[in-house]
Amino acid sequence: MSASAEATVLITHEVGLHARPSVKFTKLAKTFSAEVEVALAANGPWFDAKSIVKVMAAKAPKGTVLHIRAKGDGAGEAVGALVDLVRRDFDEGVDHARTA
Amino acid sequence: MPEPLRLKGIPASAGYAEGPLFNLDPVVSRYGRKATAADERIAIETAIKAAKSRLARLIEATKGDAADILEFQIAMLEDDALTGPAFAAIAAGQPADVAWRQALDAEIVGYETSDQDYFRARAADMRDIRDQVLRALTAASEAAAPAGAIFYGEDIAPTRFLETDWSSGGGIALKAGSAASHVAMLARSRGVPMVVGLGAVGLGASPAHLAGVALLDAEHGGIVLAPSRAEFEAFRQSSSSFAARRDRAETFLTRPAVTKAGTAVRVQVNIADPSDVDNIDVSTCDGVGLMRTEFLFGKTLPDEETQYCAYRKVLEWAEDRPVTIRTVDAGGDKPVPGFTVEEGNPFLGLRGIRLSLAIPEVFRLQIRALLRAAVHGNLKVMFPMIAVWDEYQRAAALFAEEQAALAARGVAQKMPPLGIMVEVPSVAIAPEAFTEVAFFSIGSNDLTQYVMAAARDNASVAHLNSIRHPAVLRLIASVAAFGRAQKIPVSLCGDAGGDPAAIPALIEAGLRDLSVVPAQLAMAKAAIADVSI
Repeated sequence: MSASAEATVLITHEVGLHARPSVKFTKLAKTFSAEVEVALAANGPWFDAKSIVKVMAAKAPKGTVLHIRAKGDGAGEAVGALVDLVRRDFDEGVDHARTA
Repeated sequence: MPEPLRLKGIPASAGYAEGPLFNLDPVVSRYGRKATAADERIAIETAIKAAKSRLARLIEATKGDAADILEFQIAMLEDDALTGPAFAAIAAGQPADVAWRQALDAEIVGYETSDQDYFRARAADMRDIRDQVLRALTAASEAAAPAGAIFYGEDIAPTRFLETDWSSGGGIALKAGSAASHVAMLARSRGVPMVVGLGAVGLGASPAHLAGVALLDAEHGGIVLAPSRAEFEAFRQSSSSFAARRDRAETFLTRPAVTKAGTAVRVQVNIADPSDVDNIDVSTCDGVGLMRTEFLFGKTLPDEETQYCAYRKVLEWAEDRPVTIRTVDAGGDKPVPGFTVEEGNPFLGLRGIRLSLAIPEVFRLQIRALLRAAVHGNLKVMFPMIAVWDEYQRAAALFAEEQAALAARGVAQKMPPLGIMVEVPSVAIAPEAFTEVAFFSIGSNDLTQYVMAAARDNASVAHLNSIRHPAVLRLIASVAAFGRAQKIPVSLCGDAGGDPAAIPALIEAGLRDLSVVPAQLAMAKAAIADVSI
């Protein structure tokens, strides 16, 4: 059975999908067995969402619409959880002011 | 004694340091080649493991922002996409040190050539990762710096910063470097003076220059090597005056702002992005006097949900304090592709409320997001660039229409107080047309440029662009007096509100409510305390 899912989300984090946010993003992606990818445009290029090297290489600044797609077991949950993380601004609290 | 040598740079973390220079530039150590590719592979794996456990040990000794930086480095070292090319080169017969250096340098180039400051600054983290593994490979160790030293070199590794004990002073002086680097952020949060971009020393520097005590001025951005006696004295004076100013300002931060005569002044903050509030202690300000919404309109027009979440985040952070959100002020010097229009004279064209009223479908979306967010806190909404009463009326009518539509659908919403920016001279000169607005907020940057006919993005007329010109101050005083007479609150949210040189004049003009950028909060409160009204 091969489920697939796709969604888009706006990055509002001050520095974009970089350093600390990308650590959280890839860590979360790795908790799913589905193959997960991100892109800055609907037609790609697509980057492995579980690799911090690749996610950083996407260079997604604030204001970018991030495309997330997944294939395989739990694809829907994976996309939902990652979209949610971006929407929550990567759970950045007061102690973590703008250092990433 | 050599002649003093003065180098100019860019301040990355304000402060002063005096001490011996410590050379950061790495000493090359030799790697002993192994007999087989398999042994090379074991050597690099062992070195990566050693670098990771060193980082893990450092994490235990640090917390918060610093630990995050180290976790980023560990995540990189654990990524096959980073190590893979090095393993492949080793399998193809390369020695481990060459393979690792080439693989990492290929990544580093991608960061160094980025057009974004933030991203380019990550090159320092990547070099740190590269060098930690190389040191583990060659069993080289870093030389220890003397206490209170000024670290001097091309760049400094974040791990080096974290391993250094800064309690006895010291500072950082970099030939390259970046104010957006992880080290610069750490330096600012720990009060370690740091200057970047000093450039190469050139022919003027002798070994004697580098051997003596140096003076680092990270308030203005410079370093003096082999300083003269007079320079020492001037430096110590600047240094103690800086420390006194900073300590004094800090003591004002947590207290309500009051003048010498006991007049209370509200001090709110200006923000441009919801994440700006993450590093502000809400108890140090009286609310948000201006939340810009243009950031949401970066590359694409934001949907209602994105806007709602952004507004709600700030309202919840502010608790019961007011949050004044300005409807989108695009146009002028803030073009938005697909929204604003190309004009010959954009500051006098279709910008602010004029543009919102011209493209009501975009405006209605923002209005719905605001009405829905209003239930989560003390929201106030203001319109930018209002010139005539009709504009306010039309904007307010759209709010009423959208509120009725949301109510009909059973969506939770609330009508916020609607006010206007006072920045077009017509409003400042004849405010009597606006007795029905909920509040006035003086946009001093635009008001000044329109009164003085001097574009604020044009350096050649910058001398004209002064809020302290009597014409501008007289208009501000007259709006403040009108507000008092009509019981309409008046605040000011331009750059002048946080400028210690302008604050006395603003209070004298009758203002009791200023909104400043968060970094100026303490200094603004300190300046208010010096006013004798």
